[in-house]
Amino acid sequence: MDLDIALILTQDGITTGAVYALLAIALVLVFAVTRVIFIPQGEYVAYGALTMAMLQQGKVPGTLWLLVAMGAFAALLDGIRVMRGGARSGLAASLGWTVAYPLALAALLYAMPATQSIIVQAALTLAILVPLGPLMYRLAYQPVAEGSVLVLLIVSVAIHVSMVGLGLLFFGAEGSRTPAFSDAQFSVGALAISGQQVWVVVASAALIVGLWLFFDRSLYGKALRATAINRNGARLMGFSPVFAGKLTFVLAAFIGVLSGILIAPLTTIYYDTGFLIGLKGFVAAIIGGLASYPIAAAGALLVGVLESFSSFWASAYKEVFVFTLIIPVLVWRSLTSHHIEEDE
Amino acid sequence: MQTNTRNVLEVSNLSVAYGKVEALTNASIKVGEGQIVTVIGPNGAGKTTMLSAIIGLLNSKGQVSFDGKLEVVPDVERLVAGGMSLVPEKRELFGEMSVEDNLELGAFHRYRSGDRKYRDTMEEVYDIFPRLRERRVQMAGTLSGGERQMLAVGRALMAKPKLLMLDEPSLGLAPLITREIFRIIAELRRRGVSILLVEQNARAALAVADYAYVLETGSVAMEGPADQLRDDPRVIEAYLGLGGKHQDMLAT
Repeated sequence: MDLDIALILTQDGITTGAVYALLAIALVLVFAVTRVIFIPQGEYVAYGALTMAMLQQGKVPGTLWLLVAMGAFAALLDGIRVMRGGARSGLAASLGWTVAYPLALAALLYAMPATQSIIVQAALTLAILVPLGPLMYRLAYQPVAEGSVLVLLIVSVAIHVSMVGLGLLFFGAEGSRTPAFSDAQFSVGALAISGQQVWVVVASAALIVGLWLFFDRSLYGKALRATAINRNGARLMGFSPVFAGKLTFVLAAFIGVLSGILIAPLTTIYYDTGFLIGLKGFVAAIIGGLASYPIAAAGALLVGVLESFSSFWASAYKEVFVFTLIIPVLVWRSLTSHHIEEDE
Repeated sequence: MQTNTRNVLEVSNLSVAYGKVEALTNASIKVGEGQIVTVIGPNGAGKTTMLSAIIGLLNSKGQVSFDGKLEVVPDVERLVAGGMSLVPEKRELFGEMSVEDNLELGAFHRYRSGDRKYRDTMEEVYDIFPRLRERRVQMAGTLSGGERQMLAVGRALMAKPKLLMLDEPSLGLAPLITREIFRIIAELRRRGVSILLVEQNARAALAVADYAYVLETGSVAMEGPADQLRDDPRVIEAYLGLGGKHQDMLAT
């Protein structure tokens, strides 16, 4: 192996690593706020890429009907709660999101002529898929939100399996690859950098900076961090765990779908590709102890580079290398970290 | 209690059970506007349980009516938005966030409902607790016990509460700091905040309060204006001690 190949592999690794970093950050966030190990994170990536591909073929994606159905189900639950004597406040707003918004979006998709603009397609993909996040929290996690981490994990597994099955139904067994956002090519020395790779790295970096600003500067971001540190304390400030959960799932869905849109032109995505991508994000999140955002992001780059080098040397074993990484990491973490009792 | 003041909080027949064990039985208390009302009693009498049930952290039976509105099922978020603040016994600070972030979060629901003037309130809180201003960038988890208590009270004040509920504000604090905290409680009443104070330190609580309840094994055993209870032989016997016997015991 010479330096040029090493550079190309590193460049590849950083591109995929940037996407893993986004997913790892989403996984850490979801776990910190809701204690959910969010296995379906990868499904959002696949759904994002494939919904985008269907929109480009001028079809109405099946995920739209998933949104309508989940919204209707959530509205039904809200209705039952009110009939049993629950508070009526907020019902109108919640019906707006669960019923009116999906139907309006469906009408828009049917009325609108097929568009070639990638920005519009990406916006529509986000508009369809991101609301699935909070709806999923409402339907699947909120009823068991006080359960143990294990119960929440099992719910995650169930959602993952259902989403993969629905993915096969919506998108079929064939994979899709979307056209690149830009055809630009840059060459730096021996390196040829495609415009899409630049898009991925820049968009990931921008999103990470945006998330950092959100958590460090905005009161909503601080409230999410506060919920992760002390749930009861956050409740006493009037920040409800339900709201925190939904907000977290909005962010996680947004990150997942955007990652899918970004990588769709780089690799062929199948209905079940998301799981492996999500798991690699999970390895990175574990490197960060499911707690540290910067370490998780750095770990994601490590995972990306390791993956690209191992696919060069022993491509049949590339997943093995990546997932074996978790063992020394766990040993190192269990040796260095010590359990800290909660104050007082 | 004077009949002409409006009651901020009216609790009647409040009961809480942990499984089959009833921790609070038919407790009824009232807090008038601008008053300090204290609930004293020994360990395990159900004082903390009562506060948790009033604000909706625990399921309960009975009526809680806050600021003239009856709460069928007390709900934390709604009550906090309505102006109730609890400083819990465990403080529940956000340890890995700065003092200033903790204070800001105290104003969260004001911010959410469009009130952007919480910066002014922060200045007021810093005026009451100059110590917090010195430590504004420090992590809350690194503060001393007294500072933590100040931060917990300050954070609750950021919400501009109509009713401030304090659970054992003197717990684990040195006597001088306890005195400081009680001085601040009296100062808060002067600023128009109604206060429900739960304390084991009966002497200090009765000195500052207008009205008092004695809670024993989950029910209200006695009640009356604080200065009357202070002279009641049963209270002196059980909680104040003759000639500061209680204090002497603490010293040995």
